[in-house]
Amino acid sequence: MSVLTMLVPLLLCAVAIWGSARRVDVFEALTTGAGEGLQILLRILPSLVALLTAVYMLRASGALEACAELLAPLLRLLGIPPETVGLLLVRPVSGSAALGVGAELIASYGPDSTIGRTAAVMLGSTETTFFTIAVYYGAAGVRRTRYTLPAALCADLAGFIAAAWAVRVCFGT
Amino acid sequence: MVLAAVLCGSAAGRGEAVAAAALEGAGAAVELCLSMAGVLCLWTGVMEVLRRSGAMEGLSRLLRPLLRRLYPAFSEDREVMDSIAANVSANLLGLGNAATPLGIRAARRMSRLTPGVANDALCMLVVCNTASIQLIPTTVASVRAAQGCTTPFDILPAVWLASAISVTVGITAAKVLGRVWALREGRL
Repeated sequence: MSVLTMLVPLLLCAVAIWGSARRVDVFEALTTGAGEGLQILLRILPSLVALLTAVYMLRASGALEACAELLAPLLRLLGIPPETVGLLLVRPVSGSAALGVGAELIASYGPDSTIGRTAAVMLGSTETTFFTIAVYYGAAGVRRTRYTLPAALCADLAGFIAAAWAVRVCFGT
Repeated sequence: MVLAAVLCGSAAGRGEAVAAAALEGAGAAVELCLSMAGVLCLWTGVMEVLRRSGAMEGLSRLLRPLLRRLYPAFSEDREVMDSIAANVSANLLGLGNAATPLGIRAARRMSRLTPGVANDALCMLVVCNTASIQLIPTTVASVRAAQGCTTPFDILPAVWLASAISVTVGITAAKVLGRVWALREGRL
């Protein structure tokens, strides 16, 4: 644990030293990058407003619970907490929607709860599959995608199961 | 989603709760964005320092032998291998904006062999890009930090483990399904 708590300061330190050794203007590069971070936030804020509104409404209406209840036996079999069902469903389709659903899970269960951690690991170890496929094949002019989608969805499912399992292993719950 | 919420809410007699939640959600989005701004900006800054100091080039060199084996059909094509190596390096560092154009450049060149149809190497490239391999998931960590977590990066080992498994399964699935598809197309 002590190594991990020191990870961030050590990493920052290492990057600063390495950057100066490579004759990079570290401060200037850092502020430029931070500016880019602000632009990322500005880009995701509007969709996050729309999506978190929808997620909160969906949660209040009980639709999410109904869905979770329906899929719970299957998810439990796979070792995935049924509470994360909303995240599983939107993750491959929309990145900002997944971030919204995940953030809501982390907020309501707490960042250090098993569900909060599982949601975070799921977000960190999977991608927006459909969007990525559309971007790549759109740009390359490919119409017949053959086995791309089934293979990518296999990876996603494995990622979700592995995320739940990894949280159990790493945090012993 | 909104429609489902309204339908389900009125069916369950929770109309008022849904109405309140709609306003609450919008406010929560702004709060979340503001509270994750600091951590997110710091990390995009750190990544910029890494990028300028040539971390991507170094990683690309390290990855090349591995990638040659993953894309045997293009192992002799320098331009494709360079683009893929840079694409994977950018993905590892979490530079999504840099990774996509690089990957697309490789995809375009690879698709020339079989116009309009995804060949095995192209499928592999896209499957690898749909599985996240980001070493430091900055956005998620900043969400956790925004919710008052003091060690937002303690999920790193779990993320690495889950990512490694998901990428391995993706590559294996692509290889296996590639065989299946080749058999099916051979019979037609």
